[in-house]
Amino acid sequence: MPTSNAAAPVKKKVLGAKSQKATNKRKEEDDDNGDSSWEERVQGKLIKPADQLELTDAELKEEITRILTAKNPHAPQNIVRYSFKEGAFKLTSAVDQMAVHFVLDGCLIHQDSDEARRLAAHKDLAEESLAVDSGPGEEKTDILDAPRDGGEEEEAGEDDRADSVASKTNNQEPKSTNQFNYIQRASQTLNNALRDRSCQTTPPPRRNYSAAASQWDIYDAYVEELHKQEMKKEQQKSRKDGDKNQKKLTLKDTAGDDKHEMRTAIKLLERMVNQNTCHEIAQDFKYFEDAADEFREPEGTLLPLWKFSYEKAKLMCVTALCWNEKYPDLFAVGLGSYEFSKQGRGMVLFYTLKNCTFPEYIFPTPSGVLCLDIHKKHSYLVAVGFYDGCVGVYNLKNKGLEPQYKSTSNTGKHTDPVWQVCWQKDDLDNKQSFYSVSSDGRVVSWTLIQNELIFSDAIRLSLTGPVSEGPDGLGEVTTAAGTCMDFHRQMDSLFLVGTEEGNIHKCSRSYSSQYLHTFHAHNTAVDAVKWNPFHPQVFISCSSDWTVKVWDHSVSTPMFTFELNASVGDVSWAPYSSTVFAAVTIEGLVHVFDLSINKYQAICHQPVVSRNKSKLTHLAFNPIHPIIIVGDNRGCVISLKLSPNLRKKPKCKKGQELPEGHEVEVAKMEKILSLLRDPEQSAH
Amino acid sequence: MADDGEEAPEENRKRRTHTFPIVRHTDMPKPMKTEAIAFCMAAFEKFANNNEHAAKMVKEAMDKKFGAAWHVVIGESFGFGVTHETKNLLYMFFGGNLAVCLWKFC
Repeated sequence: MPTSNAAAPVKKKVLGAKSQKATNKRKEEDDDNGDSSWEERVQGKLIKPADQLELTDAELKEEITRILTAKNPHAPQNIVRYSFKEGAFKLTSAVDQMAVHFVLDGCLIHQDSDEARRLAAHKDLAEESLAVDSGPGEEKTDILDAPRDGGEEEEAGEDDRADSVASKTNNQEPKSTNQFNYIQRASQTLNNALRDRSCQTTPPPRRNYSAAASQWDIYDAYVEELHKQEMKKEQQKSRKDGDKNQKKLTLKDTAGDDKHEMRTAIKLLERMVNQNTCHEIAQDFKYFEDAADEFREPEGTLLPLWKFSYEKAKLMCVTALCWNEKYPDLFAVGLGSYEFSKQGRGMVLFYTLKNCTFPEYIFPTPSGVLCLDIHKKHSYLVAVGFYDGCVGVYNLKNKGLEPQYKSTSNTGKHTDPVWQVCWQKDDLDNKQSFYSVSSDGRVVSWTLIQNELIFSDAIRLSLTGPVSEGPDGLGEVTTAAGTCMDFHRQMDSLFLVGTEEGNIHKCSRSYSSQYLHTFHAHNTAVDAVKWNPFHPQVFISCSSDWTVKVWDHSVSTPMFTFELNASVGDVSWAPYSSTVFAAVTIEGLVHVFDLSINKYQAICHQPVVSRNKSKLTHLAFNPIHPIIIVGDNRGCVISLKLSPNLRKKPKCKKGQELPEGHEVEVAKMEKILSLLRDPEQSAH
Repeated sequence: MADDGEEAPEENRKRRTHTFPIVRHTDMPKPMKTEAIAFCMAAFEKFANNNEHAAKMVKEAMDKKFGAAWHVVIGESFGFGVTHETKNLLYMFFGGNLAVCLWKFC
C-alpha cells in the first residue's frame, strides 16, 4: 500500500499542465476517494464540497477522452525574435517546454568522485590510529545509498548502525558527518612567545703530554727497577742484622735527623729574616763607601753596622774578641769581668755577621773568660783562658757545651787569671798546642794529646831578671805577672810578654830562663802587645797609662808614642796595611792611626758608645772585610765599617803596576822608621 | 751487544711471565691509577697476543667507570704527543716490552 501511494503521485507529477484540472479533479477524486474511503472508515458519511458539479449518472458514465501531451501550457507557442543578421523578425522554432516545479540541491556526493576521495583522505589522517575493519565498507555503501529512498525509518536505522559501527570499529574510512547534527568549530590557544637560549660550559682543563716508548727505554726501566729492588732487599737484610744491636740508636738517630733537618731549615729562615730586617746594614756593609772622605782628607770615619748582644751576656764585660780565619764572618766573644770583686760566670759566644740577633754558639762557663784564641788551621778549636786560672779548649764540632779539654789543678792550671792564650803551629806529631800567660808569672805551653792537656812551663816570668840575688844571697825569684803575649809571625820562637809592671819582655821558646830583651814600656800594666803583621821588627803596645807605643824590637825606646787621654783597653794592627792600627779607650772612643799619612795624630777618633754608659774594652780587625768589631763592658759587640780614607794604599806612579803585598808594606814601614832613625843617628 | 740481544728476548720472555708495571708518568689520583693499572693487567692477561683487543677492553672499561672518552694505546715502540684532561693520564711500561698510554679527552 505505501509503495502504491508513493508511486501514484510521482506519475501524476509528470503529467502536463493541460490536464492539470483533470488531474486535479482526479486527485481530488482520488483524494476524495481516499478521503471518502478514510472518511467512510472514520465517520461513514459522504461529504461533498459546495461547488461540486452535479452530474447525472449517464453523464458520469460518459467517457471523455483527454489527450495528454508533454506541452507546457504556460510556455509561449510562438516566440519571435529580431535577428540582426537577417534584419528581420524570426520565429523561434523550438520553444522550451520544460517547467520546473521544484528544485532541491542535495548534499550527497558519489563515493568514487574526486571530492569524496579528498574528504576520505582528509578524514583518514584524523582516524589513522583507530583499528581498521573492512566489514563496514559494504554497510556504508548501503548507508550512502539509503538516503536516496528517503525513508525516515531506514535512515534512522542506518544512522544507528553507522554510529554503532563507528564506535565498534576504528574505521578506515572517515565518518562523514552531516551538517545538521554536527558542527565543526576550531579555536586557537595562546602560544607563548618563543625564546632562543644557548650556553657554553667551560671545557674541562686539559694538558699536553708527549713521550716516546721504545724497547730500550722499557728495558732500561725494568733493569733499574730490579736493581732498586735488590738494593732494598740488601738494606733490609743489613738493617735486620744491625737492628738487634743498635735498635735504640737507630731510633734516636731518626729522631735526631728530623730535628737536625728542622734545625738547618729554621736556621736558614732565621738568617733570611735577619737579612731582610737588617737589609740596609747588609747593603752598607757591602757597598757603602763614604763619599765625603774625598773632602775630608786625611781623616776617615767609622760607620756603625751591626750590634751584637745577647740577653744573658748583658751583665758581663767583653773580655776577648777573635775573628775566625777560615770563616771571616764568624767571630768569637769572650765574656767575663775585669772587676776583682765581681767575679761570676762567663760565656763564650760565637756570632756571625749573617745573624746579628742571636749567637751561633753559646758556651756558658763557670768562671769568667778572659781571653780566647781560634786556631788558624783547625778553626773549630778554640782555646779559652779563665779567670780562675784554668784553660780550656772547645771543639765547635762537638755537640756538648763542655770544653773538650780542660786543665785542672792536677794538670798544671794557673793559680791566677789567664790573660792571654795563643795557638801555635801544629808540632811534628800533628798535635795542637797553645801557650798561655797568667798573672802567676808562668808562661805555659799546653799540648793536646788525645784526651788530655799536657802542660809544660815555657818560661817563668821574674821581676828583675831571671836570676836575682836577694839580701840573703839566695836567688830569690819573684815572679812578674804577665798580662799579654804575642808570638812573632815569621820567627816562631820569638815572642813578647807584657807584664803588670809595665815591662815588655822579648823571649824565646828555646830559652826558658832568660829574656832576650826587656822594654820598660809603660808605667802601668801593659794591656796589649802585638807584632806588626808585615814588618818583622815592629810591635805595638798599649796600657792604662793613656799611651800607645810603637816599637822596633831592636831599639829600646819607642818609635812612636801616642797619648790618647784615656786608659787604652786594646790596640790592634790592621791586616791590610803595615802602618794602620786602631785603639779603643774607656771613654768609648776608637782611634785609628795611619803612620804613613799622619805620624802624630789619629786620622780618626770616633765615639762609638756613649761615654757615660759603657766602656770599650777590646777590638779586632776582620782579616778580609774592612770592618772592625769593638766590645764594651756591657756584653755588647759593635761592628763598624772603615771608611776608605782609613784603608788607603800607597799611591802608585802612572805606568807602574799597583804595588801590593807584603814587601810593599814592609817597605812602607821601613821608610817611616828610617826617617826616625836617621835623625836619631844624626843626632847621636 | 750480541749477548745483550740474546739475553734481552729471554729476559723479555721471563718478564712476560712474572710482570709488574712501571709507571713512567701519571697525574691521576691514586684510586683512579690503581683501577687503571688493574684494568690494564686484566686486559693483558686476557689478550696477550692482540694489542688491539686489549686496548679496546681497557678503553671500554675506563669509559664505563670514569666516563666520557678514553683513549688507549698499547705498543712496543711509538712516540706520542697528546692533549689530555688534567689528572687523567697514565703512561706506563708493562710486561717487559710493552708500553701503555691512556688518557681522557672529549
